[in-house]
Amino acid sequence: MSTRAKVEITVNGRPTSADVEPRLLLVHYLRDTVGLKATNIGCDTTSCGACTVLLDGESVKSCTVLAVQADQQSVTTLEGLAELSPGGEPHPMVRAFRAEHGLQCGFCTPGMVLAAVSLLAEHPDPTERDVREGLEGNLCRCTGYHNIVRAVLSAAGKDPDAEQRREAESDAARIAPAFSTGEAGA
Amino acid sequence: MSILGTRVVRTEDPVFLTRGATYTDDLTDERLTGALHLTLVRSPLAHARITAIDVEAARQAPGVVAVYTGADLGLDPVVLFPGANKGMKRPWLATEKVRFVGEPVAAVLTEELYQGPDAAELVEIDYDPLPAVIDLRAAATDEVLLFEDVGTNTAAGHGVDDEPAADLFDGCEVVVGHEIVNQRLAAAPLETRAAAAVWGSDGRVTVFCSNQNAQGARDEIARWLGLDRDRVHVILPDVGGGFGAKIGADPEFALVAHLAKLSDRPVRWSESRSENMTGMLQGRAQRQTITIGGGRDGRVKAYRLDILADAGAYPRLGAFLPQFTRMMAPGTYDIERLDTRARVVVTNTTSIGAYRGAGRPEATAAIERAMDLFAAEIGMDPAEVRKCNVIAPDKFPFTSKGGVEYDSGEYAKAIDKALEAAGYAQLRAEQAARRERGDAKLLGLGVSSYVEITGGGAYAENASVEVHPDGTVTVLTGTSPHGQGHATAWAMLASEHLGVPIEKITVRHGDTDLIPRGSGTMGSRSLQTGGVAVYQAAGELVELAKQRAAELLEANVDDLEVDKERAAIVVRGAPGAKSVTFAQLAEQERLQVDTVWDGQKPSFPFGAHVAVVEVDRETGKVTVERLVAVDDAGPVLNPLLFDGQRHGGIAQGISQALLEEVVYDSEGQPLTATFADYGFPSAAELPSFDLVDMQTPTPINPLGYKGVGEAGTIGSTPAVQSAVVDALAHLGVRHIDMPTTPLRVWEAIQTAAKGAE
Repeated sequence: MSTRAKVEITVNGRPTSADVEPRLLLVHYLRDTVGLKATNIGCDTTSCGACTVLLDGESVKSCTVLAVQADQQSVTTLEGLAELSPGGEPHPMVRAFRAEHGLQCGFCTPGMVLAAVSLLAEHPDPTERDVREGLEGNLCRCTGYHNIVRAVLSAAGKDPDAEQRREAESDAARIAPAFSTGEAGA
Repeated sequence: MSILGTRVVRTEDPVFLTRGATYTDDLTDERLTGALHLTLVRSPLAHARITAIDVEAARQAPGVVAVYTGADLGLDPVVLFPGANKGMKRPWLATEKVRFVGEPVAAVLTEELYQGPDAAELVEIDYDPLPAVIDLRAAATDEVLLFEDVGTNTAAGHGVDDEPAADLFDGCEVVVGHEIVNQRLAAAPLETRAAAAVWGSDGRVTVFCSNQNAQGARDEIARWLGLDRDRVHVILPDVGGGFGAKIGADPEFALVAHLAKLSDRPVRWSESRSENMTGMLQGRAQRQTITIGGGRDGRVKAYRLDILADAGAYPRLGAFLPQFTRMMAPGTYDIERLDTRARVVVTNTTSIGAYRGAGRPEATAAIERAMDLFAAEIGMDPAEVRKCNVIAPDKFPFTSKGGVEYDSGEYAKAIDKALEAAGYAQLRAEQAARRERGDAKLLGLGVSSYVEITGGGAYAENASVEVHPDGTVTVLTGTSPHGQGHATAWAMLASEHLGVPIEKITVRHGDTDLIPRGSGTMGSRSLQTGGVAVYQAAGELVELAKQRAAELLEANVDDLEVDKERAAIVVRGAPGAKSVTFAQLAEQERLQVDTVWDGQKPSFPFGAHVAVVEVDRETGKVTVERLVAVDDAGPVLNPLLFDGQRHGGIAQGISQALLEEVVYDSEGQPLTATFADYGFPSAAELPSFDLVDMQTPTPINPLGYKGVGEAGTIGSTPAVQSAVVDALAHLGVRHIDMPTTPLRVWEAIQTAAKGAE
């Protein structure tokens, strides 16, 4: 493991560089080389998403990206999220997570927030179902996702109560007579 | 206006959402500068003799400072849980034999993180495999012993010496029974286990660790290492979820402390998820035989619960928890005759401990299955059967046949509220219509009625409140939040007396030098013990402030009151008269009180859940369409936090019913040791939840609070399982074990179809 590679990665708007082992994971680069500890490691299998960061604006699981693969690119972690929002105010997603109690122990939160930011960038007007399926790669053990989903809907400028009602009613439609035989009206 | 009962957003969140919380592995504490990284070499076999260990190659690997085997430690094997068979001792690093996949055999200390696994690969261990015992019934035969010198696999027995009542079911028109499984689950907090330790020149060790109870962890580490407990200082950084599996120390924590001593360097350890899925305590794991009897009028007369429970390889708290199951066995029902017993056996698997609910979900799942079987047998609606057997509201306090005193409850009302919110009658009509039409998507309805015990075991908790001269307040608590929001909730309770805004109140916990006494956060105990203690301490502080203010204001103590707007003591009914703020009093003399609240009893929250599921008859796939929950834990301190606890609990409960199970093959190889294999639910598998409010206070504390942390889990699992079975009831299906996976559901449908031919 004596071969080392030089990487230059812009992290939260600031240039960083280091000679790293080629096998160094991006998440360890962020946590141990750069010293930004908000990004967490929750599994070994790219299943939980606790390590989610934005790489050139798109969400990636930083436990499955090598630091050398991020060379000459830019990374945003939770610590840098404030810089993406106008006026240095807390990011709308951050405000929504607090207002809706979308976090408890906080361990999934940095990854969840960044995954949600990325989701809304792609789907600015999601339904509850869109949010649930869009966050499928990020696991939370505390909240049952109920308030995370509300927070994301709220950050999208939607009324979470109305969206949850709409989803419940669509379920009610599914369990209405004839739907399950495919004979329900459109 | 009182702050109690209002929706207050968390004071924890601004940091958690901008810089992130600081978990054990995030620590940059200067005491840990230069810390070595610990990598454990773990057994790949479930049961084997160790014939040779060669660590020489590993010692030569880059960055390796030391490699230890059990022989190098100078520590004897230890009884981890004194409540179980004391011959079943755990070695710190296995030397003679291994008893589960994941048992530590060697320890590697390296300068850098990545060097650890490299060196660990070079440790050579020769094993002579032994037959593994995984099945509980096989373990109970004692044919294969885990501890040969002990001569039995039985770790504990609860009521096993009592003669089973032969006449239990006398006079019952109907008696039905079933053998059911309450499967093994992984607690799976997102933060795995982690610890770091450093010895000071004063001969004391500081252990940072991820835990639910600093004081308990301190006492265990001290006992296991043979240290005076004053020599152990435990500090809990932020904790990324616990769910019962982080109650008290794990042997790895003590090992980290011991290796820091041997190596004379700070040592830190943070396990991988696959280590966590074999090393961390798991939960449930009971095989239950239920028998229920009663009349065709719906009245249940007798109930028997026989439990065979898994302790895993080395007994821990799981050896005791079936006792909680026995205690809560009759649930919300007024049953004349009860007969329960539990035997706990060791197997070549990961040890069993607490997991959200810890013994009570197993009780509720069993009695609720029994109620369903009974209802099906007599042809009565399951909701009706429950309502005609629940304890009437005028019977409280009610001494149950489980031997505990239920404090307060309105069980039928909870069921009615849940049924009404769900639209039960319409759903039953829809179910019948679908069956009539032969729809591919069947509808299932499940109703659960539950009561649980919170704050069981440790009824007292301490608190300290101090107002500082700058007007800020510090609260010290013996509870130990890891997501529950105590920093916000305890600040609300102090603010209620003092008027100081919660932003100015700092709540501290989890440091055994600062807070030597405390029982941590578990068993849904925190609010009714620690929270009430903070409320009491703040009240006592007001009294102390009044005493001191009386002199200053030249007024009678009885004429003084708190002006909450100004956080000051004022003379009642004398606007414009002299007053003094708490801060001013603190300037003169330290203004602080310590107190202990002892409720002397547990409390018994209750509720009812209704689950609505859709079952695809062709694939067996179950979708939870709705989950309606009535969870009554007395008055609500902060509805935001209260509902958050319910959501999380409900999700875990649904997930037990549908998805989660720790699986071993017959040789003891874990088949679910990563999140790619274990049925951890995502947002896509769950619906939003319908929460219905109901508040029945307990008389055991002045605020009427009960615990809510585990309620959702306890209520939702049987409701969902029942709904899945109910969807197939017309086909003759009476029971499907959890998790009700598509395969199991599909098989139940096929078996029923064959039976009908």
